Amino acid sequence: MTRKQRRFALIGGAGLVLAVAVGIILTALKDQIVFFRSPTEVTEMKIQPGTRFRLGGLVENASVERSEGQKLRFRVTDGNKSITVNYTGLVPDLFREGQGVVAEGMIDANATFAADTILAKHDENYMPREVSDALKKQGHWQGDSKATADGAPKP
Amino acid sequence: MIVELGHFALVLALLVSIATAVLPIWGERTGNRRYLAVAGPGSVIQFVLVSISFVALTWAYLGSDFSVRNVYENSHTDQPMIYRFSGVWGNHEGSILLWVLILVLFGACVAAFGRSVPATLRALTIAIQSSITAAFLLFILFTSNPFARMDPVPLEGRSLNPILQDFGLAIHPPLLYIGYVGFSIVFSFAAAALIIGRIDAAFARIVRPWILIAWATLTAGIAMGSYWAYYELGWGGFWFWDPVENASLMPWLSGTALLHSAIVMERRDALKIWTILLAVLTFSLSLLGTFLVRSGVLTSVHSFASDPARGVFILIILCAFIGGALALFAARGPQLAGGALFSPISREGSLVLNNLFLSAACAAVFIGTLYPLALEALTEAKISVGPPFFNATFIPLTLPLVLAMPFGQQLAWKRGALLPILTRLFVAILAGFVVAALVAGFVQGAPVVTILGIALGVFVVVGSLDDLRIRASRGGSGAFFSRLFGLPKSIIAAAFAHMGVGLMVIGIAATGFHEEKIASMAPGETLTVGRFELSFDGLQRQPGPNYIATSGTFTVREGGRVVAELHPGKRTYIGKSMPTSETGRHTSGLGQVYLAIGDTHGTRTDVRAYWKPWVLLIWLGPLVMTLAGLYSMFDRRLRVAAPHRAKAVLAAGAAE
Repeated sequence: MTRKQRRFALIGGAGLVLAVAVGIILTALKDQIVFFRSPTEVTEMKIQPGTRFRLGGLVENASVERSEGQKLRFRVTDGNKSITVNYTGLVPDLFREGQGVVAEGMIDANATFAADTILAKHDENYMPREVSDALKKQGHWQGDSKATADGAPKP
Repeated sequence: MIVELGHFALVLALLVSIATAVLPIWGERTGNRRYLAVAGPGSVIQFVLVSISFVALTWAYLGSDFSVRNVYENSHTDQPMIYRFSGVWGNHEGSILLWVLILVLFGACVAAFGRSVPATLRALTIAIQSSITAAFLLFILFTSNPFARMDPVPLEGRSLNPILQDFGLAIHPPLLYIGYVGFSIVFSFAAAALIIGRIDAAFARIVRPWILIAWATLTAGIAMGSYWAYYELGWGGFWFWDPVENASLMPWLSGTALLHSAIVMERRDALKIWTILLAVLTFSLSLLGTFLVRSGVLTSVHSFASDPARGVFILIILCAFIGGALALFAARGPQLAGGALFSPISREGSLVLNNLFLSAACAAVFIGTLYPLALEALTEAKISVGPPFFNATFIPLTLPLVLAMPFGQQLAWKRGALLPILTRLFVAILAGFVVAALVAGFVQGAPVVTILGIALGVFVVVGSLDDLRIRASRGGSGAFFSRLFGLPKSIIAAAFAHMGVGLMVIGIAATGFHEEKIASMAPGETLTVGRFELSFDGLQRQPGPNYIATSGTFTVREGGRVVAELHPGKRTYIGKSMPTSETGRHTSGLGQVYLAIGDTHGTRTDVRAYWKPWVLLIWLGPLVMTLAGLYSMFDRRLRVAAPHRAKAVLAAGAAE
């Protein structure tokens, strides 16, 4: 190969790898990202069943029901609207009524949320920022470490 | 008094670091050697002063001096001594002080061990390092003073975050920081070389040990953090693509690229511009990681109290150093002549490929980590870029790299050919296929991805080690072993480091075999996972030094024989409402039985049980990589005063 051909092969090869990389990243950005929604947004936006998203808010007080085989049913509220969530499996150490929670999954035909992941949290003072922002939007934010899940007016 | 001494030492260190940053550069510009000579003693004095300061803070922690706000907020008299000690860096202020301690340690090391480095380069490197130190000391003194006092003095402290009270977390930050901050000295070397304007193969040889030590410790630090997440969080996962994990992975990827491109620069005097750029980028990514973790932009266990002023300050440091280095780079870059030519199929070509893929993988992690932050700042839309994104980008970008590794080791410099290598790698390729066939035959319903992943890992492990055999058997028969042990240490290290990657790939691929069982168990019931039978004997409560533990007793049987008794549990720390998980693990071969317990409802307790065959390879691989990296530092040509000795060897060789 001549100098020119060598250089061309190198630059061409590098360009090809980079183009593939850019393609992979852009496709993944289009398909693999998940939006965060509060219960109010979910109700207002009428999200299609089958779209993955993260639902965040507080676990509504006295809403957790457990049944056979680690089946769990609870309501997530942002103080304005609330959504019923179904989940099978163990929940993180900090899953409590009145505490913040982020669940990932899809909404089904009956407008309940089928979660496959309940996010683990590291710290009792740590409220997922998405949740605290959603609560602030609804005017239910009461400080950094304590927030209440009472008063979810039913429509 | 001792606390004030620590504070005072920190202020003095700031003054010394400013002097050490300015005088040598002035000396270089004006040709005054006396100003250049300030660098060595200056760096040692900085190290002594920051050490005094660190010891003072440690003293306050060990003695539970709650008049110091930092101690009050992060310690408690009930805490065991080791966690009072690790509490020093288990908080924002202390961890930044540790950062600076490692910065000055590297500066002092250059002064102490860099005798083979040309005097001007050494002095300027220390000067740049001192300017980084000065910036971070300003940051500590103005926004994060660990020595701030409180009045009135509280009787008791608020104790360290329970999840950090773990041995793994006691050693993970120092390891990770040595790696993270270690790349600062590589950055300083690169900036100094740009100022001097002499960048050649000798420079690559000078920085190589520093790249190696930073890379090896960063590898160990990341692996340690991953193992900690595995056994402490109780979810059985080893990598979560959490932004904080990504913050440490980005400098690792870029540092790995640097490690490889520096070889080309050293051997062939090529890729010089790119290598220098990588040295700048790697430390920039370390700084970016520090910004992401310390500014409170991300919420996680690592972001202690967040304060916007700190974020802005780190951002200024970040922009100043990256901007300064890139400006210097732009000014000097065009003067760097390209090195020797090489064909695309050659050792150089394979290392270019390595760099392309590593950079692309690094870019994918970068975009996945920062895109949500940028999008939220611009449109207020909240998104999460989680494991699906990284699996879809990172894996396709790193797999070809792993596959190419054994080929790269075999390729000749300048011009190589692939076909002879295929025949040479016959043993490795065969091993991969045989193992794939065995796995497919013996494990029913094994996922195809898992089989392919394991085959790839085996190919890399065998191919990497086989490189040593091929090299040692070159040049006729006889004396195979003396040639094997006579191979340069860097060749042996490269083979083992690549083998470590292969081991890790096998471990990750084998996650496809992991079995998970979730059950609600009453005492007396049993659960089967893998070939193990777990019987639940009951729950006990027992007090620890500063917590109450609720732990289950499980008897593990394998083929009817009792092999272990596990005690997974939860700890509730006094004064904290958050329980932490303590997993119970039984190691069998390279696999582990993994048990975590959840809530108790009446007599039933939620149990999560896993059988994870070969899981330990995920961390054994990086351990091998770390040891190989450290071993490579002892290569003859990297030793202190290497030029003289190498010349002597050459002379001896010529005489034969």
